[in-house]
Amino acid sequence: MPDGKLWEDREPGNSYDVVIVGAGGHGLATAYYLARDHGITDVAVLERGWLAGGNMARNTTIIRSNYLWDESAAIYEHSLRLWEGLEDDLGHDLKFSQRGVLNLAHNLPDVREGVRRVNANRLNGVDAEWLDPDDVKKLVPILNTSPSVRFPVLGGTFQPRGGIARHDQVAWGLAKGADERGVHLIQNCEVTGFRRTPGGAVTGVETSRGFIGAGRVALCAAGHTSVLADMLGFRLPLQSHPLQALVSELLEQVLDTVVMSNAVHVYVSQAHKGELVMGAGIDAFNGYGQRGSFHVIEQQIAAAVELFPVFARAHVLRTWGGIVDVSPDASPIIGPTPVENVFVNCGWGTGGFKATPGAGHVYADTIAHARPHPLAEPFGLERFTTGALIDEHGAAAVAH
Amino acid sequence: MTGSFRTASGGTRIDRSRTLTFTFDGTTYTAHPGDTLASALLAHGVRVVAQGPYTGRPRGVYSTGAEEPNAFVQVESGPGEPMVRATRLEVHDGLRASSLSGRGRLVDAPDTGRYDKVYAHCDVLVIGAGTAGRAAALAAVAAGARVIVADDRPGIGIEASGELTVLPRTTVTGHYDHGYFVAVERRTDHLGDAAPARTARRRLWHVRARRVVLATGALERPVLFPDNDRPGIMLAGAAAAYVRRYGVLPGRRAVVFGAHDGALQAALDLLDAGVEIACVTDVRASTGPLGDRLRERGVTVLEGRAVTGTESGPDGILTDARIGGDIVPCDLLAVSGGWNPDLHLFTQAGGRTRWSAEHAAFIPGAPPRVPIDVVGSARGIPGEAAEHLPEGADGLVFVDLHRDATLAGVRDALQAGMTSNEHVKRYTTIGTGADQGRTSGVPASGALARLLGRAPGEIGTTTQRPPVEPIPFAVLAGRDRGDLLAPARRTPMHGWHEEHGALFEDVGEWKRPRYYPRPGESMDDAVLRECRTARARVAALDASTLGKIDVQGPDAAAFLDRIYTGRISTLAPGRCRYGVMCGTDGMIFDDGVAARLAPGRFHLTTTSGNAARVLDWLEEWLQTEWPELRVRCTSVTDQWAVVALAGPRSRDVLTALAPGLDVAAFPFMATREAEVAGLPARVFRISYSGELAYEINVPSWHGLALWEAVMAAGEPHGIAPYGTETMHVLRAEKGYIVAGQDTDGTVTPHDAGLGWAVKAAGGWVGHRSLHRPDTARADRKRLVGLRPRDPAVVLAEGAQLVAEPPPAEITHPVPMLGHVTSSYRGTVGSFALALLKGGDEREGETLYAVDSGRADAVTVTSPVHYDREGARRDGDG
Amino acid sequence: MLLIPCPWCGDRDEVEFHYGGQAHVAYPSDPDALDDAAWADYVFMRDNPKGWFRERWTHTAGCRRWFNVVRHTVTYEIAGSYRPGDVPPKVAS
Repeated sequence: MPDGKLWEDREPGNSYDVVIVGAGGHGLATAYYLARDHGITDVAVLERGWLAGGNMARNTTIIRSNYLWDESAAIYEHSLRLWEGLEDDLGHDLKFSQRGVLNLAHNLPDVREGVRRVNANRLNGVDAEWLDPDDVKKLVPILNTSPSVRFPVLGGTFQPRGGIARHDQVAWGLAKGADERGVHLIQNCEVTGFRRTPGGAVTGVETSRGFIGAGRVALCAAGHTSVLADMLGFRLPLQSHPLQALVSELLEQVLDTVVMSNAVHVYVSQAHKGELVMGAGIDAFNGYGQRGSFHVIEQQIAAAVELFPVFARAHVLRTWGGIVDVSPDASPIIGPTPVENVFVNCGWGTGGFKATPGAGHVYADTIAHARPHPLAEPFGLERFTTGALIDEHGAAAVAH
Repeated sequence: MTGSFRTASGGTRIDRSRTLTFTFDGTTYTAHPGDTLASALLAHGVRVVAQGPYTGRPRGVYSTGAEEPNAFVQVESGPGEPMVRATRLEVHDGLRASSLSGRGRLVDAPDTGRYDKVYAHCDVLVIGAGTAGRAAALAAVAAGARVIVADDRPGIGIEASGELTVLPRTTVTGHYDHGYFVAVERRTDHLGDAAPARTARRRLWHVRARRVVLATGALERPVLFPDNDRPGIMLAGAAAAYVRRYGVLPGRRAVVFGAHDGALQAALDLLDAGVEIACVTDVRASTGPLGDRLRERGVTVLEGRAVTGTESGPDGILTDARIGGDIVPCDLLAVSGGWNPDLHLFTQAGGRTRWSAEHAAFIPGAPPRVPIDVVGSARGIPGEAAEHLPEGADGLVFVDLHRDATLAGVRDALQAGMTSNEHVKRYTTIGTGADQGRTSGVPASGALARLLGRAPGEIGTTTQRPPVEPIPFAVLAGRDRGDLLAPARRTPMHGWHEEHGALFEDVGEWKRPRYYPRPGESMDDAVLRECRTARARVAALDASTLGKIDVQGPDAAAFLDRIYTGRISTLAPGRCRYGVMCGTDGMIFDDGVAARLAPGRFHLTTTSGNAARVLDWLEEWLQTEWPELRVRCTSVTDQWAVVALAGPRSRDVLTALAPGLDVAAFPFMATREAEVAGLPARVFRISYSGELAYEINVPSWHGLALWEAVMAAGEPHGIAPYGTETMHVLRAEKGYIVAGQDTDGTVTPHDAGLGWAVKAAGGWVGHRSLHRPDTARADRKRLVGLRPRDPAVVLAEGAQLVAEPPPAEITHPVPMLGHVTSSYRGTVGSFALALLKGGDEREGETLYAVDSGRADAVTVTSPVHYDREGARRDGDG
Repeated sequence: MLLIPCPWCGDRDEVEFHYGGQAHVAYPSDPDALDDAAWADYVFMRDNPKGWFRERWTHTAGCRRWFNVVRHTVTYEIAGSYRPGDVPPKVAS
């Protein structure tokens, strides 16, 4: 553990050049890069609860950049490259482990989609390999690759540079980096409204701890972004859903690669301490309750035991839920909003953690220059009007 | 330490008349029925049962139940299980277990245990069958309620009857809204080899309860002091319980250290059981009447003093307690800091706890969303307890024994700037272990409060998350394993395909024959043979998996006009039309054929994997947007078995099978009711192969009969069965798309070259989307054909298209123009379909298809590679 | 596992249903008359309140009918369900 104070728990000041709403990974990274790269240090990050206590504390910490479309690959790969230097940048051990991420294919459409993705990734400069079932078995010996199972493994895409990190340390490292540069991190400070000029421009935020003036306001509240947008009177194409995850007890090492299977909604890694960390499918209904339904867990575990028979005796130790903000094309929304001085970074759905440094970096630049960073340009709100969606649902799971 | 620690008599839970044998860490011991592994080991003086996961320090049994932080063992016998609490593991003959260092082992041997799921409803679910729980259950039964009582102990002093279900060895693990509880019942583990083979090992109960009585009692918590982890140190109530329940002395000479009256009561109990009490020390300034009673019995009672350390021998086992300057020899240090109501389920259900100084505990506060009555000691045990935090002590003060996390770690967390108990939990890992922090949570909050100079109530507790107890994955999977994981759908002709050597492909839930290799034939050879048979003679495909929807009603045609991109209402009865469905975003999501059987009746087909989704789509629009339309939709996918008969000789085969059908007056895109092979059939003259073709539908129970009749009638014409791979080659040669393969949710009908199937007048649900700026762009990706320059090459599906061969080392993104969606070696040679930027302008251009670092030159062509004129659809003669 | 009151079948477990998102989003009467933004609003924008929400469900594994539910998106409490065209139950906002 690092020595000394990581960050100061600040009292709110009267006003800041930039107020970031939400001290999750993205909010902290945004503050860090505003200070580091743009010299904007008069920044407050407001958190209604405890720092990084939302999705940042609840995700399965998978990092990868093997997205299909050019625009997505560009921003996620930007993020992965930042990840690769982040421990040195922050001088903080993030337990960043590039152990590789394997995405399994279970039917011919999965294979086509996987091959397509691997080729697109490579041409975009993203490391990617297509593995046949024998390669998959070599990489992950505990996987059941028998051809006779209900969902046989027909191959997989592999990104060697993908991996995991320790989410809390990422948040604390970014908090430390921001705090060191003068950013104020303010916990237990819920935004309850916005103060605006007669022309509509925002001049500050009303909070549970009083008014805080702001030159610019950067929304960074993931599942709660819609609530803030409602206060500001504009609509976002977001739906907030529960997303559950779970861990097992500590186990001796059996798995040293991240394995994902979209077809059966399993993604699993074994964390440094030894627990299996698994994510489930998104609950269908809208929910801010940070909990989902039990059948989602049961289905996920049934599929996991089928893929990994050795997991049968492991125990589910703890389950929990986060709130994912899902956009219609499963891609984020980054950029200015219809309200002057207000910027938005949201809609990351299940992709938020891996994007942490990239989103923060691009968003900071967008805020600093009051225009979208080039990598953020395709991710503006206007795409829903023009139809230029960046559909990352993967090739529709439709069979002939 | 040797010799038996079993008392001469007593022990409410054990049956002294019988003796069992078990093995721990390779040594064989005896026990009595009713013993837990923990009590049996203590009876034999086995003090070290685990090691700290990080410190490696020896650890002993600390409690009697679910709160146990130390004694997690690996069960090696029977089905085996990692990380089982010795305090909950019932000894049976032949039990083998071994100690762990906080980490379990997954073993390769398949878990052949049987795990069932039960779904139940009740008026009242009583959780915990202590005195309060039993009373509540009996009262509810008397009032006429249907009651389920669950308790994690082996014995519940209450009998099942009529509307009363009693579940011993059952832990209620979670609440999941609206009174839905999940519980795990352990049925056979305690029986060892005597377990009945057909009884499920465990059952996962899903209980929907109207009301809940929470009688989960209270759990003891420790007081913190240096070197508080040595074997021989245990909770005081647990020490007394080992004597009372199991007739086991957890030590012969005890120091009792406490902060409330419970510790003094435990000292009295131990004294009654014959344990020598070296001294009792209490951090409170006064020990009141209980202290007096102890003194009356000759026990030294220290007030306002704390244990400040412990000593051990070379084996790490407790030898002395240090109380300030005094060193007190002892082999048992019984500690008690107070009682915590077990409110895990209460908080899961949305209840809030509050700190009560009168109970020195977090007790029920704001109630949860479901009706939960908390009864008995789960409401809190009255009695104040003193707070105590060792200051600047030598030695390690463990807050969480299970995670080896210390008070120094809490101080570090504060020094790092953490002030929230959630942060401290994450920084120190306190409370994150398999014991759910039952013994560490409140001491950690207390320590934090003290260090921050706040009240415990201000700090609160960290969120307790389900499950209350760890649940094996196998229990959650239940019977949903192997073939039962997910249904596989098979057509009525499936057995025939298997007998004829078909290899299968998963298509949605269906198993479809992919191809039928003959001995020695490769897949490519088999597919090419099947293709040639279809093109030159006749071949048959089992098309039963096609989605089929019967749409009826006076407004059916008007309705379908709004759903399909094309016009259906102009279709004459007896005729068919190809149709495309798009979402409101204008993107293709399915295609198929609409046949008008009668003015108000249609038979629609969908792609095999999409049938349910299309039916849902139709019903959603009908019910939520146009309830005034008089239309009914019914899935008939499973009602019809379908044989697609393709090839120039298909008419001959059909004529032979259906002499009553006037094939001459059966035009393309028409449908007829007919008798085929003596079966009532609905025949469509439609073609997905480009050849003269018929799709013969019969009631599904006649499917096999039809198939066999087709094969027999086709034999003189050289008929062969063909699978999905050949179907794909044939359709792709004709430039026909597969929704979901040549489209990916970003493709409009125009992009797919299906602009002809879109009515100009609009009026269908996604029409408006086609006029958005990006969707109307001229340079969108369009469906094209490709020919590899090297005809020996078959492109990879998923290969990306680029203008120039990319460099070996890619440093900057290479612009991609599109990708290969379908690629085969067919009767036309190697060819492909692709989506290509500005595709319709590029015919004749040379591009490169990149796959796995290899770039193949390709020429852009029309997507139609075979019979552009459409001459083949009427046959070759 | 929510307990959803189907207005036709009564209380049933959530697994019998499919979710349909926000209720009362009508298909525009004349889509061609809308500008791109208004059309996008229909296709993509849905309310996402933290609190009471009128939403659609369909009883897929039961009567297959669509209906509306008033549910709280934080507590998941259900105030009631109603058939299309009926009046939603009142809730304190």
